Amino acid sequence: MKRIDHAEASSGFIKAADHLEFHDKRLWDLRKKRDREAESMPEWQDLRELASAIKEHTLSHLADYLLEFERNAIANGAQVHWATDAADHNQVVYDILKSRGARTLVKAKSMLTDECEMRPFLEKRGIEVMETDLGERIQQLDDEPPSHIVVPAVHKLRGDVARVFADTIGTDPAKDDPHYLAESQRQHTRPVFLRADAGMTGANFAVAETGSVVVCTNEGNADLSVHLPDLYIACIGIEKIVPRIEHLGVFVRLLSRSALGSPITQLTSHFRAPREGTEMHIVLVDNGRSERLGMADFWYSLKCIRCGACMNTCPVYRRSGGLSYGATYSGPIGVIIDPTFNLRKYSALPFASTLNGSCTHVCPVKINIHEQIYKWREIIAARHQLPFVKQEAMQVAGKVLSNPKLYRIAVEAAGSGIERLPRFMMYNRLNAWGRQREVPSAPTATFRQWYIANRGKKDEKGK
Amino acid sequence: MKVALFVPCYVDAFFPEVGVATLELLEKLGVEVAYPLDQTCCGQPMGNSGCRADAAATEALFVRNFKGYEYVVSPSGSCTHHVRDHLTSIEQTDEVRKVRSSCYELVEFVHDVLNVRAFPWAEFPHVVGLHNGCASLRALGTASMSEIGGRAFSKPMDLLRAVRGISFVSPKRPDECCGFGGTFSVFEEPVSARMGYDKVSDHHDAGAEYIVSADMSCLMHQKGCAERLDLPVKFIHIAQILNGSRE
Repeated sequence: MKRIDHAEASSGFIKAADHLEFHDKRLWDLRKKRDREAESMPEWQDLRELASAIKEHTLSHLADYLLEFERNAIANGAQVHWATDAADHNQVVYDILKSRGARTLVKAKSMLTDECEMRPFLEKRGIEVMETDLGERIQQLDDEPPSHIVVPAVHKLRGDVARVFADTIGTDPAKDDPHYLAESQRQHTRPVFLRADAGMTGANFAVAETGSVVVCTNEGNADLSVHLPDLYIACIGIEKIVPRIEHLGVFVRLLSRSALGSPITQLTSHFRAPREGTEMHIVLVDNGRSERLGMADFWYSLKCIRCGACMNTCPVYRRSGGLSYGATYSGPIGVIIDPTFNLRKYSALPFASTLNGSCTHVCPVKINIHEQIYKWREIIAARHQLPFVKQEAMQVAGKVLSNPKLYRIAVEAAGSGIERLPRFMMYNRLNAWGRQREVPSAPTATFRQWYIANRGKKDEKGK
Repeated sequence: MKVALFVPCYVDAFFPEVGVATLELLEKLGVEVAYPLDQTCCGQPMGNSGCRADAAATEALFVRNFKGYEYVVSPSGSCTHHVRDHLTSIEQTDEVRKVRSSCYELVEFVHDVLNVRAFPWAEFPHVVGLHNGCASLRALGTASMSEIGGRAFSKPMDLLRAVRGISFVSPKRPDECCGFGGTFSVFEEPVSARMGYDKVSDHHDAGAEYIVSADMSCLMHQKGCAERLDLPVKFIHIAQILNGSRE
């Protein structure tokens, strides 16, 4: 499978200057709001510590809590299904819909169903699927995946949305007023809500103690999706479990503050049991999570509560856009999750980082994101998945820099600045440095030459 | 006190004046400094690329050069971070561990070990913006970071405030990475350059005449960006200001 070329994709994103500036500013504003919320709570760091500890505890007792959740969900009247991978998940969902004769599915946001590529699977089998989260709906109508896990269409300007809606739901192409666009979308989707045969949500949390599914939203679309049709399906990654209802408060306090810088989402819905005469199904999905749980360096990534704070703060993400990662999960969290799905395809992503570490320090569950990025690089190199030029460059650099004589020849050779750049910087994509930057000018002597001329050799050995 | 000076490869090759300023500053502060002549690099370019096998010989050479000193001091946050936290491609003998834990970035060495806050020879009558490299800021912890909040502190500012005539401006996003990132700067060139443009513009808009940093690699990148944008911003390493450069 072809390797995703993040650098190439980001180049296209950066060329659209208006979009880039808006994208960077909008997400940076979210980061600033997050800072203000965090600073307003003296216990913020304690909460992060606690959230991390609860997640680590849960993940290290995951089988027990999953079974507890299943028992309680069944006792509540829900039906529980287990899916080992994406194909299994899609089939389970399709079988439920088919056996009940459901033709139309309205669904709230779920990264898991994107991860499983559920929508095209169902559509091919004649099921009409409508995304009901506004951002997800925009992306669906534009036939693009979400570019951000919380704000899926954040890379679009209002003019882009006006164009998409004009082309798909018949709005006036000249009108890009957000209220007009939102209202048009609402009018367009309401009839579908009313005639839908089934509703679907993901889950922010699944509480083992109560068997309930907790969904945090701002638009009310999840509640409409659950309450209008007679059939409700919740798709849940197995890492979403929290042990007790009392633990939920810790995460609810962190989630929206980290994501959007708001104290709480408009709605925190607890879906516990089917209404009289309706069905509630819960699909618990593994899809690589158990395998990740067994990876000594990477299992911490399962603590993620999908707030997107790492994406908002990431200077690379803000300037390249989520689509440039070519994966369901983008930004810092994507960079450490995606290689578990396909090492070769996503082998360039851990290099789409300056290792600046900002992500790790905004993460509400204290995932050591930038350290995992570093670890992935080691694995990718060890498994010979580096591009040939980089591999070559590092071999040459390793030889020159470990040999004082060769090193001196490289840095003391007469010549232009370009020739004198360390080879590891210049070897690949010749003069990539100089495309948009001036090359440093070469001084007349290296520091070592100056030192020998001015301090003599007397303390060569430091004695 | 037995102190060795580690001058990173890119400083040796491109910014010898930063090595000179570091050496002279330490000497002015009464430190006897040795410069092992066979030094090259800490291994960071290979290490950050994931290439442990290619980093090993360079890391071993680093340890051979710098063993036996009480402190190893370097005018680079990211190299210090590599030695302290990532020099792991070779067997971790007692000697290796000793070298790793004795490595200090210049600002933290002056601030924490020498505990000096006075530089009577230093005067810098210019408006400066401080750039903390990400390794200095988040790995070495030389200043408080906006992600964590809490009590604000800054070791480089503690030192710079002692310089006569200097004044400071702050960019809108002081902790934002400038986009150098080592090999990132060439393999992810489009984003790297854009981050650099945004960083130098932020300082320029704030009114900075100079961008000062303890990390010359960030400045090498930013300087290249500012020159291409034709921005009248100059760049200087903190060692040069503390050593008395008036430019």
